[in-house]
Amino acid sequence: MTTAPAVPTPVIEQPPTDGPRTRQRRVPPARRVGRVLVVVALLLATAAFVYPFVWLLSASFKPRGDVFDNRLWPRTWTFQNYLDVWQTAPMATWLVNTVIVTVLAATTVTATSAMVAWGFAHFRFRGRNVLFGLVLATMMLPGAVTMVPTYLIWKQLGFVGTLVPLWGQNLFASAFYVFLLRQFFLALPRELFEAARLDGAGPWRVFTRIAVPLCRPALVLTLLFEVQAAWTDLMRPLIYLQDSSTFTVPRGLKALLDQFGFGGEWHWEIVVTASVITTLPMILLFFFGQKHFIQGIATTGSKG
Amino acid sequence: MTTSTAAPVRTQDVGRRTRRRSSLERRYSRAAWWFISPWLVGFLVFTAWPMIYSAYLSFTDYDVINDPQLVGWANYQELFSDPKVALALQNTLVYAALAVPAHILLALGLALLLDQASRRASGFFRTAFFLPKMTPPVAIGVLLILLFNGQRGAVNTVLGWFGITGPAWTTDPAWVKPGLVLMGLWTVGSTVIILLAALRGVPTDLYDAARVDGAGFWRRTRAVTLPMISGPLFFVVVVNTIAALQMFTEAYTAYFGSGNTTYSNDAALFYVIYLFQQAFEFLHMGYASALAWLLFLVIMAITGIQVLVSRRLVYYEGEAR
Repeated sequence: MTTAPAVPTPVIEQPPTDGPRTRQRRVPPARRVGRVLVVVALLLATAAFVYPFVWLLSASFKPRGDVFDNRLWPRTWTFQNYLDVWQTAPMATWLVNTVIVTVLAATTVTATSAMVAWGFAHFRFRGRNVLFGLVLATMMLPGAVTMVPTYLIWKQLGFVGTLVPLWGQNLFASAFYVFLLRQFFLALPRELFEAARLDGAGPWRVFTRIAVPLCRPALVLTLLFEVQAAWTDLMRPLIYLQDSSTFTVPRGLKALLDQFGFGGEWHWEIVVTASVITTLPMILLFFFGQKHFIQGIATTGSKG
Repeated sequence: MTTSTAAPVRTQDVGRRTRRRSSLERRYSRAAWWFISPWLVGFLVFTAWPMIYSAYLSFTDYDVINDPQLVGWANYQELFSDPKVALALQNTLVYAALAVPAHILLALGLALLLDQASRRASGFFRTAFFLPKMTPPVAIGVLLILLFNGQRGAVNTVLGWFGITGPAWTTDPAWVKPGLVLMGLWTVGSTVIILLAALRGVPTDLYDAARVDGAGFWRRTRAVTLPMISGPLFFVVVVNTIAALQMFTEAYTAYFGSGNTTYSNDAALFYVIYLFQQAFEFLHMGYASALAWLLFLVIMAITGIQVLVSRRLVYYEGEAR
């Protein structure tokens, strides 16, 4: 759970760099009670935050009638639900579709947003401030305003019913990531790029050989954010996909819920198991990328 | 190499070089347009044009099959007489008024607790709190129906331990929105992280000074912490309000669906859901566009009010502008 390396390192007392903690190190015993209460409160909160996952996972291993049995350790374990989901729904196709959309969405938006962010961070040109103001303004625009015309554009282009509208717009960068990456590019020392230019490197070379490698953590962050956004999106698949063979996993889960949760025959175990299949890839992603996620959110938030 | 002969050559040389440099500089800067071109094209095609076209469509009847028919202000007149618009708007505002304060207060409480914990412990808890944010909203919608089920849901089971008979969260119209708000609290993680980062940035000497003056924990929080983090706090309030006003996926998953919508529950008819239905279920593209513009105005007005209020409440360090 911690990000510390597994290599055994000698225990060195941290120098007193961060204020709040060192202040609490030397707490008088009377205040220890307060600290115990803090930990107890945090543990209770953690239980509340983790409970729904555990409940969902455990329910997916319960036989049909037991889904609502709220004990976390199933009375009888079964793997049947996973087999049933696989047989009732084209789960493999949905997963492949989602992976295609997610990979294309994340790679294209990261590449183009990095280019645009670099354009705004590195160069001085007329109209730069006005255009960057527009970038910021589009971040404020509610998606509902452009929803209908955007649908009509994709319809005109003949892409409704395909996966293209789910990622195609990412070819044109995204205001939020442009803003985020520009912050990182601005933090790099300008002398580096001047030196490269004196050595005869053109603008593209300066960007790809120097700026991009130095900005790798921020690019990983963008990639992770967009993977999460693309994987979990429901609204676009609802708008653009009709045929079940083109569904993504979230869209498929919604279809299963309509059929087995609210339809004539109740099969909550199918819905629950499909929910686990939809969620699990994101949980795995989080455990690989948690450092980037958490740092990224902390920095974007305080700079916003 | 004597200075007397070198000097004129050098000045000439420098002069030529700066001129060449500046034209090079200009040529180099021209590359900027290539770099920003993806956004520029995307802005024109997927933002500017849709806005213009949506404004036009809002004055038409358009069912996608036949050409748009101009109808003047009819769509806007209909907005104000459509009881569903009033209901959806009311639902959305009530939801935002419940969800945003609850979200911010819980996030602030958890961030303050985390700030008190040791760094290693806070790393663990931070991870646990952020995890739900990775759950696809559609799965959160599923969890909502199951955990908040009136008879057998885990939430009412827990309430039962304390002798409380929980309400029918998912079917009683009065409890649908509180249920959604409570489920939504599950994803406060990213707000907690933003606020924790802000808390960590508050200079320690301010607390020491306050303590010397005899201020207790609550007093320090009110007089030091809140003013010092008011910038990020304002940011999360605005962002969460905009998000709450556009609530869609969780409510749509739990209460609406394609085909036989026998389970639709108008207590959860939020504005974007109604807009989505008008556009993509009833194919009233013109009316949906008018709905979109009304939402745009509502969001702008609320954000504007928040900005005005924040001018008096938010403290930015080193602000001399």
